[in-house]
Amino acid sequence: MDAFLSPSLAISLPALARGLVHTLELAVVCLVASLLLGLVFGVMRYAGGRVLHALAIAYVEVFRNTPVLVQILWFFFALPILVQFEISAFTAAALGLSLNSGAFSAEIFRAGMQAVPKGQWEAANALGMSRTRVMFRIVLPQAVRHMIPAFTNRWIELFKLTSLASVIAYPELVYSAQQISNSYFNPVEVFTLVAVIFIALVIPASYLLRRLEARLRRSAP
Amino acid sequence: MTTDNVIEISGLRKSFGAHEVLKGIDLVIPKGKTVVLLGASGSGKSTLLRCVNFLETPTAGTVAFNGKPVGTPKGTGGERSYSDRELRALRAHIGIVFQQFNLFPHMTALENIMEGQRAVLGRSREEAAARAEALLARVGLAGRGGAYPSHLSGGQQQRVAICRALAMDPDVMLFDEATSALDPELVGEVLRTMKALREDGMTMLIVTHELGFAYHIADEVVFLSEGRIYEQAPPHEVMLHPKGERTRQFMLGHSEFRLPHLD
Repeated sequence: MDAFLSPSLAISLPALARGLVHTLELAVVCLVASLLLGLVFGVMRYAGGRVLHALAIAYVEVFRNTPVLVQILWFFFALPILVQFEISAFTAAALGLSLNSGAFSAEIFRAGMQAVPKGQWEAANALGMSRTRVMFRIVLPQAVRHMIPAFTNRWIELFKLTSLASVIAYPELVYSAQQISNSYFNPVEVFTLVAVIFIALVIPASYLLRRLEARLRRSAP
Repeated sequence: MTTDNVIEISGLRKSFGAHEVLKGIDLVIPKGKTVVLLGASGSGKSTLLRCVNFLETPTAGTVAFNGKPVGTPKGTGGERSYSDRELRALRAHIGIVFQQFNLFPHMTALENIMEGQRAVLGRSREEAAARAEALLARVGLAGRGGAYPSHLSGGQQQRVAICRALAMDPDVMLFDEATSALDPELVGEVLRTMKALREDGMTMLIVTHELGFAYHIADEVVFLSEGRIYEQAPPHEVMLHPKGERTRQFMLGHSEFRLPHLD
């Protein structure tokens, strides 16, 4: 233990902690943004008219079929040239990750809504309920139950993908680890610790999501 | 505009692609009467029933509700166009009970019955809950309002579904094979509920395979064959003394329906 927690690692801990905070900030922003994007484009694809439907397909196909690393690099290096606008590493990473994850989330929303039986629409329509009310009161609450396992996978993936922000020097966990390792020549300790931090966060989070899913299933299948 | 017919259907046609399921139906449902649709599967009974509240949009012809034709004419072939708004208003006055119940599984029995009242009729939570409790008591489910549909038997679920429709104070109730998905021992409780509704003077249109029940509850029996009304009369005529060959074959084919004087 003493050998592992070498003096250089002890000195590095505050910097790693700051990196972890940045990682969490980026992950939370991207998680919320990708959920909203997924909801909007998923509903457009599920229930929108022809134009909205086509827009949603275009969005999903563009962002799902290009590497998220390319998207991050594009927002950081290419967008500022096109629009003459300063863009921070955080914004570029958040844009790339959110739009990419939003495309996958849209598909999760769509599949979840499609799993709700047609009879639910009929029963709600037969009461005279409006389309919006049917979506938000009847279809989406049932769809969410089907979607939790898929979102658990998506969010784990998103959390790990935040490490790509290191390529544009956003000082999240991995970028901080690189800096420390370069200064103190302790890559074994630092990168092992980074891996342990990821595991320590992902495993409990996915456990909690499984518990949530099981609870929803019990309360009203 | 006064009429004693809640529903008046005239020249109703419905096609699915090239297949014409309803080939010109004329039918009235007078206030307070119970009309039962019989016919072989594929004869168009369910489609006709679902055209009354526009879960299926008729290809041509009119449906009038309390004397007022629904929709506006369009084209020359009897087509009509219907606005969302108009159909929502209409549907709020027409109750329907489905074969598969279609209760909202994420809501309790009480919430199922409250949802339409709150969303469409704008009733307060207290008012909607009170109405739901009263209806549940009326169908023998007092105190079960907190149960989710998955914790109720099929017969109980269907009675909740009937309450959900009744809570809207409909002018007419449609029953689309309401007992076909039930275990045999649960059919009776739903049929008794329907019978009680008739005794309260509810106007009803029923599609059913329970011929004994149809015989006892119907004021008028309509026998459909290949998308047309083949025979229509009070039950003892259509079911005991059918005039047409197809009606006779249909009745003979249902050997479980044995009334003593069936000839």
